[in-house]
Amino acid sequence: MNGGMNGGMKAGAGVWAVHLAVLAALAVAGLLLPAYHMTNLARIMVLAVFAMGYNLAFGYAGLLSRGHAMFFAAGMYGAGLPVWHWGWSAGPALMGGTLAGGVLALAVGLLALRTAGVSFMIVTLMFAQAFALSILYFNDWTHGDEGFVLADTGRSLLGWSMAADGPRYAVAWALFAAGLVISVLLVRSRFGRVMVALRENEERARMLGIDPFAAKLRVLVISGLFSGRGRGLCGAVRLCRRRFRRHPYSILPMLYVLIGGAGTVLGAGLGAGIMFYLTDFASSLTSAWLFLVGAALVVLVLFAPRGILGFVRARLWRDLP
Amino acid sequence: MSFGPFLLLALMEGMVTAAVLALAAVGLSLVFGVMRVVNVAHGAMFMLGAVIAWAVAAHLPAPAWVGFLAALVVAPVVVGALAAAADGLILKRLNYDPEATIVATIGLLYMIEQAALTFYGPDARAVTAPFTLRLQLPWFGYSGYKLFVVAAAVVVLLAVWRLMTRTRAGLVMRATQVDREVARAFGINVDRVYMGTFALGAALAAVAGVLIVPISQAHYLMGGDPLLLSFIVVIIGGLGSLRGTVIAALIIGLGDGVISMFFTPTLAKIIATLAVAMVLVFRPQGLFGAKA
Repeated sequence: MNGGMNGGMKAGAGVWAVHLAVLAALAVAGLLLPAYHMTNLARIMVLAVFAMGYNLAFGYAGLLSRGHAMFFAAGMYGAGLPVWHWGWSAGPALMGGTLAGGVLALAVGLLALRTAGVSFMIVTLMFAQAFALSILYFNDWTHGDEGFVLADTGRSLLGWSMAADGPRYAVAWALFAAGLVISVLLVRSRFGRVMVALRENEERARMLGIDPFAAKLRVLVISGLFSGRGRGLCGAVRLCRRRFRRHPYSILPMLYVLIGGAGTVLGAGLGAGIMFYLTDFASSLTSAWLFLVGAALVVLVLFAPRGILGFVRARLWRDLP
Repeated sequence: MSFGPFLLLALMEGMVTAAVLALAAVGLSLVFGVMRVVNVAHGAMFMLGAVIAWAVAAHLPAPAWVGFLAALVVAPVVVGALAAAADGLILKRLNYDPEATIVATIGLLYMIEQAALTFYGPDARAVTAPFTLRLQLPWFGYSGYKLFVVAAAVVVLLAVWRLMTRTRAGLVMRATQVDREVARAFGINVDRVYMGTFALGAALAAVAGVLIVPISQAHYLMGGDPLLLSFIVVIIGGLGSLRGTVIAALIIGLGDGVISMFFTPTLAKIIATLAVAMVLVFRPQGLFGAKA
């Protein structure tokens, strides 16, 4: 990309320096910020894990999925139900949530990836709808209409209670860091190039010997794992609402990714942060914050289709992953 | 009530669903066929039609049927104008790029729903039917208004069909659908065709909303289900094919009526949604479409 091995390696060092610096800054921020902003930042990092997962599918591989709310919810139930029914602690519950997101993504992907483009969007939306209805239908087991409160045993990790601010921030940071590092490794790998090739031109990618179906399925499963992990974490540290709300959660990750820049690793987190504080600010003025979400989508797609970091990549730093 | 009349009732309810669905879905199909734009805000247009019908009925000091007729005129005009504005201000500037327009219409959907919530409120509100004729069958009585809805939908659909096949405007629209560039080369104002098509599609959804409101009440979130069902109908019918869309609306509407009579509504919806998803997965060109 940058002319020769040497340039690529130099760019690689720069990329790692920037991303690790962001992580370090976030860690320091956790120590310095007042409690209110610390909780917000923890929440943003959790949402960012979800958004990074969405970004892999939407931003890098070009899969316009509306099913991610379902993977997100699967993460919540995969983590929350074992705690509720069998008294699991937070560690195994997080793994359960992550796995639930991935397994559901695999099942949905096997079917939905036979379609493409608009049909893919609609099929994933329909699976999500069927999933949401099933949660209501099996209400005795899932408490889908009213949610449930987790016992405190389910909210302790390695002996720390997740109800306290400090450990909660640390856990959110650790999972965000893991997500960020995995994302950078992934998009800079050979497979990362394959994802972009699929987004840009599937036919040509096929001619290069890439199996589009297998590759997209891998992306979707990885993306599902991220979503499940993000949501499992949400439940465990009690950072977001426990009730399954289909609408905003299927749109918000797309919005975060578009603001920050689709197909940039840091974009997902940046978008989540901007939107979080913007929503926070807007809801202090008016209850009509969904209007703001809608308007932001329209304005972005009209005037800044590449997002903030997309602009940075186009103008300032071509090697930004 | 024995099985035969029970089935008849289920089929009649299904016909009403099918009629309203066909109107909404034909609007969506027109927009997709001619413009290649997936209008995610289509359900919101349907909801706006219903809300406007309520507003007209509530503020017009006249008998119910006058208000209803007024709403049948006002709602499509207002919603059509809104759609035309959205086309000129947003979609046109995106060059009708398929994915960008999806994102933009999702944004539009949220803005319209929030506006309805702010100005109309969170309550479901009923509108009196324009007449209260009751059709007495040997086994049960049936609302005459529901039969009127079916008849009205048939009339509107016939009008759309005539417009598309027998008039110059329809010819121009079909020409644009086949090849936008060649149409432009022949002096067709493609921008105007697109604006008109988008407005017409939204107006059809609004008419469907006005017709349904005396049966099912107006609510600011009522657009979600019709949107999903319209998508299903349009895809099963074959994208852009009007005849396929109407047939698919009949299948889905009648199927929905029968299934929800014999199973619990939630289970029926789960089964129906999964079944249609499978059709999309294994026959992406639709049941009546020739090619994807």
